[in-house]
Amino acid sequence: MSFLLPCPNCGPRDVNEFSCAGEVTVRPKTSPSFRELTSYLYFRRNVAGVQREWWCHRLGCAQWFQAERDTRTNDVLATWIAEPAGVVAPETTPAPDAPAV
Amino acid sequence: MRLDPQRDERLDRSRRITFTFEGKPVEAFPGDTLGSALFAAGQRVFSRSFKYHRPRGLLCCRGQCPNCLMRVDGVPSVRVCTEPVREGARVEAQNVWGSLQRDLLAVTDKFGGPFTPVGFYYRTMIRPRRAWPLYERFLRSVAGLGPVDKHAERSTRFDTEHRHADVLVIGGGRSGVQAAERHAAAGRRVVVVDMDEPPSAEGFESIRGVALGIYEGNLVPVDAGNVLYRFRAEQVVVAAGALEQPLLFPGNDLVGVVLPEAPRRLVERWSLKPGERAVVVSGDTQALDVVRLLERAGTEVAEVVDLGETRVREIVARGRRGRVEAVSLDGREIACDLLVASGGRQPAYALLSQAGARVEYDPSRGIFLPVEIPEGVEVVGAAAGEGISSAIPAATYNGAAGKGKCFVCICEDVTDKDVKRAIAEGFDSIELAKRYTTVTMGPCQGKLCHLPSIRLYARENETDEASIGTTTARPPWQPVSLGLLAGRPHEPAQRTSIHHRHKELGARMMWTGTWRRPHSYGDPAGEAKNVHDALGVIDVSTLGKLLVTGPDAAAFLERLYPNRFGDMKAGRIRYAVLGTDAGRIMDDGTIARLDEEEYYVTTTSTGAGAVVEWFEWWNAVWGLDVEIANVTGALAAVNVAGPHARELTGRLTDLDLSNEAFTYLDAKEAHVAGVPSLILRIGFVGELGYEIHFPSPYGEHVWNTILEQGQDLGVRPFGLEPQRILRLEKMHILIGQDTDSESNALEASMPWIVKWDKDDFVGKWSLEQVQERGFREQLVGFEMQNGVVPPEGGQVVVDGRPGGRVTSSRWSDQLGKAIGMAWVPPQLAEDGVEIALKVNGSIERAHVRLRPFFDPEGEHLRS
Repeated sequence: MSFLLPCPNCGPRDVNEFSCAGEVTVRPKTSPSFRELTSYLYFRRNVAGVQREWWCHRLGCAQWFQAERDTRTNDVLATWIAEPAGVVAPETTPAPDAPAV
Repeated sequence: MRLDPQRDERLDRSRRITFTFEGKPVEAFPGDTLGSALFAAGQRVFSRSFKYHRPRGLLCCRGQCPNCLMRVDGVPSVRVCTEPVREGARVEAQNVWGSLQRDLLAVTDKFGGPFTPVGFYYRTMIRPRRAWPLYERFLRSVAGLGPVDKHAERSTRFDTEHRHADVLVIGGGRSGVQAAERHAAAGRRVVVVDMDEPPSAEGFESIRGVALGIYEGNLVPVDAGNVLYRFRAEQVVVAAGALEQPLLFPGNDLVGVVLPEAPRRLVERWSLKPGERAVVVSGDTQALDVVRLLERAGTEVAEVVDLGETRVREIVARGRRGRVEAVSLDGREIACDLLVASGGRQPAYALLSQAGARVEYDPSRGIFLPVEIPEGVEVVGAAAGEGISSAIPAATYNGAAGKGKCFVCICEDVTDKDVKRAIAEGFDSIELAKRYTTVTMGPCQGKLCHLPSIRLYARENETDEASIGTTTARPPWQPVSLGLLAGRPHEPAQRTSIHHRHKELGARMMWTGTWRRPHSYGDPAGEAKNVHDALGVIDVSTLGKLLVTGPDAAAFLERLYPNRFGDMKAGRIRYAVLGTDAGRIMDDGTIARLDEEEYYVTTTSTGAGAVVEWFEWWNAVWGLDVEIANVTGALAAVNVAGPHARELTGRLTDLDLSNEAFTYLDAKEAHVAGVPSLILRIGFVGELGYEIHFPSPYGEHVWNTILEQGQDLGVRPFGLEPQRILRLEKMHILIGQDTDSESNALEASMPWIVKWDKDDFVGKWSLEQVQERGFREQLVGFEMQNGVVPPEGGQVVVDGRPGGRVTSSRWSDQLGKAIGMAWVPPQLAEDGVEIALKVNGSIERAHVRLRPFFDPEGEHLRS
C-alpha cells in the first residue's frame, strides 16, 4: 500500500499518513440478536471492487472522512466528509457493488 | 601497469591511495574503484563461484554481475568493480576455503557435478530428518555469499528521507538527460538518479543512487549509500538503458571472458590494458567499438566475429586454472587471454514491469520490450528498445554437450544441463523452473541470465521466446543492504517539560510508547517505601489529557463509556474504562466534570492518540454537539502522594485542603506555586494524593518548588517502577499489562463499572453476551505463599495444564509479600483459593485475593 489518498481538507497525501478503519458498517439500531451482533462486529463484505471506507488523516488534519476505493487497483474514486448519521444510525445505502470481474 | 592517460580517464595521478587486499597493501589512484586497482595490481581472479567454487574474474565491470563480490571492512558482498577506493579499506575474498588462487572447495567442480545436480538439496540430504540442521550448516558454509560478521561494530547509520519531485528520471545517460532537460524546460521540478556518475546539468538536480523499484503511486526508493530516499514523483521517466547479455557456450564463465563494457571501462576510465590477445564475438554490432579501443590499449585483436553476419555453430572456450587460454569457433582454435562475448543488448524493463507495464517479445530483434506503459510513467532511450538492432545469435545459446560447463546463471552456478534436466523433470513453466533451478534469483536479479534462460527454454521446448514469456519482475532491482531498509524512520521521542530535572536527579530513563520516562531514581523499593511513609512526587505529564466540551458532552461520554457521567456534580471525578463495541478494553483513565458542559478526560500515557481518534470517529457518526481537544502536550502533571501530601500541597496553594472541603475524587481549580492548575484528588498509588495539572512551560518551576517546599517533609521523586509496585498493592490494573486485546471489563473484575440500565453504550451488547455465556477467565490478585516472585507472563497451572497466566508480579516491602495479578479460570476466582504457578520449572503456591492487598478499605486514600 503506497498510493496517494486525497484528504478532503489537505489534498493528496501518502497513504501512510492515514489510518483506515475499514468498511463503512451500519451499527444495529436496537439490541441485536447474537447473529446480527457478530455479523456487525466481525463480518465484512471484503469486495474485490469499489468499497466505501472510513479514513482518518492521523498525521495531518485529523479529519475523519469516507472514501470510495477500488480494492483491486487502489484507485480512490472519491473522498468526502460524511454527514453524521445521527445517534441512531439510519439505514444507509450500501456501497456500490463490485463491477463484474 | 597503466596506459598513457586516456581521454576520459577518471584518475587523479598526482595522489595515491593505499588499501589492503588479503592483508597485502595495494596502491591506487583517486578515481579508481577497488576492482580497477586490484586489476591494475595484476589480480585476475576476483571470486569463487557459488556452488562449484570456480575462479571468476571481472565480467560486467558495472556492478551487475556477482563476479567481484568481496568483503570490504567486514561488509560482505560488496561489488568492488564499482566501489570507489578509500584509504585503508580492508578487502577480503569471500566464499573461499583457502585462498582465491587455491580454493579447497574447487573439488566440487571436478567431482561434485554428478552428485550435486539442480535441486539436489530437495532430494538428497533429507534423511535422516534429524540431521538436516547439520547438513544445512554445512551447505550454508560452503555455498553462497560471504558470512555476516555477527560481532561487527555498527559502523554506519542508515537514514530514510522522504522526497518529492515533479519528474524523477531513472538513469543519467544521454536519453535520461534529454528527458530531464525537456521536463525542466516545461518548468517542472526534475531529479535525475544514476548509479554511476550523476550528470551535471543546469535546471535539474542529480543524485548518485540506485532506484530499487517502482511501487504503487510512483513511489521510488532510491539507495544512495547511507540514505534511502523515498521518492514520490508525479511522473517517473525510466531511462535505465539496456543490459549486455552473455552468450551461452562451454567455458563462458572463465576468467577473461567478459562483456564489452568491461574492456570499455578498463581502458577509458582507468587506463588499463584488458589483456594481451583478444577475440571479440558479438551478437551486437555496436559492441564492435571495443575492437578499436582494444587496439588503442595495445591489446592484439586476433579475431572479430559479428554474429549478425557470420553464423557460428559452436563456440567453446578452453581454459587453464580457470583462465581462458583459447577459444574454438566451429573447431578453429584461436589462442587468447581475453574473450569479449556479447549476446546483444536487452532493454532494462524490470522497473517498468514493476510499475505495471506489459512485456512483449519482439521476434525481429530478439528482445523483450516494455509495452502498455502505465499512466505517470515514461520510458526513453535504450530501455524502450531505441537503437537496439541485435541479431539473434541462435546457434550460440545451445551450449556444446560434453565440452565443459556452460553457465546459464553465474550467480547460482546453474548450467545448461541443469536447465535441461529441470525441463525433463517436468518444470515446463518458466516461473516454476525459476524457483526450482534458482536461475535469476541470485545477486544479479536476472540481469544477465533472464534472457539466456528464456532462449534456452524456448529451444528445449521447441517453441519461441514469446510463448515462454518472462518471469515477474520484483523489487529490489539492485541488491540492497538490509541496514538501509531498516534505516531510522522518523520516530519521535517525547519528553516531558521536567525531563532535564529527572536526568539531573540521576533517573534511569525508559521508553513508554514514544515517551521517555524515569524508570526510577536508582532505588525503586526505597522510593516506593517513601510514598507510604512520607511523601513522593512523580511526573505524570505523559498521561493523555482531553477536554470534552459542549452541550452534548455528558451524552457523548455516556455513549462511549460503560460508566455513567451525566449524574456527576461539577468538581467530581470518576474512574473510566473505555471499550470497543466488541466489549474489549481499549484504555482507562479518570474523567473529571469541570462544569455542566465540560469534562477533563485523562487516558493512559500511550493511549492518548488512539483515544482522540476513537472519540472523533464516533462523533463523525453521531454528530453530537461536542468539541474534543487534545491538551496532552499543553499540560504537565505531577502526582504528590503520601501521608504528608496535604501538608505539602497546602504550602503551595491557598485552597482549603481539609478532608471536608476537598474530599477524595474531588477536582478543583487553584493556583499551585503561583501557576493556574487543576488539582485532582485521586490515588493510583494508594496513599493520599493530589494530581496537579498545569501548563507545560511551568513544569520545572512546579517540580522544583515541590522538592524545595517538601524537603523537611522528606519528599523524594519516584519513578515508574516504584509506581508499579504501589499500584499493584492496590490491585489497580495497567491497560496492556494486565489486559490484552481480548479482555473485557466484566472478566477483568470491574463489573461495577458497567451500568446496565443505560439504553446503549459502545460495547453494551457484547458485554451482555459475555454475561450470558458466562466468564471464561477472570483477572484476580494473588499472594505467594513463600515469597517467590513468579515471572510476568508465567503459567497458572490447573490440573497439571496451563490454565491461566500471570500478568504482573512484584515484591512488596510494605506488605512483606510477593504479590501479583493473574488471569485464572472463573471457578478459581474466589478469595483465598489456592492456585499453582509455574516458577522456573517448579510449582509454587499462591492464594487468590479479590480485594486490594494494601488498604483494602481505602482509608489512606480518604484520609
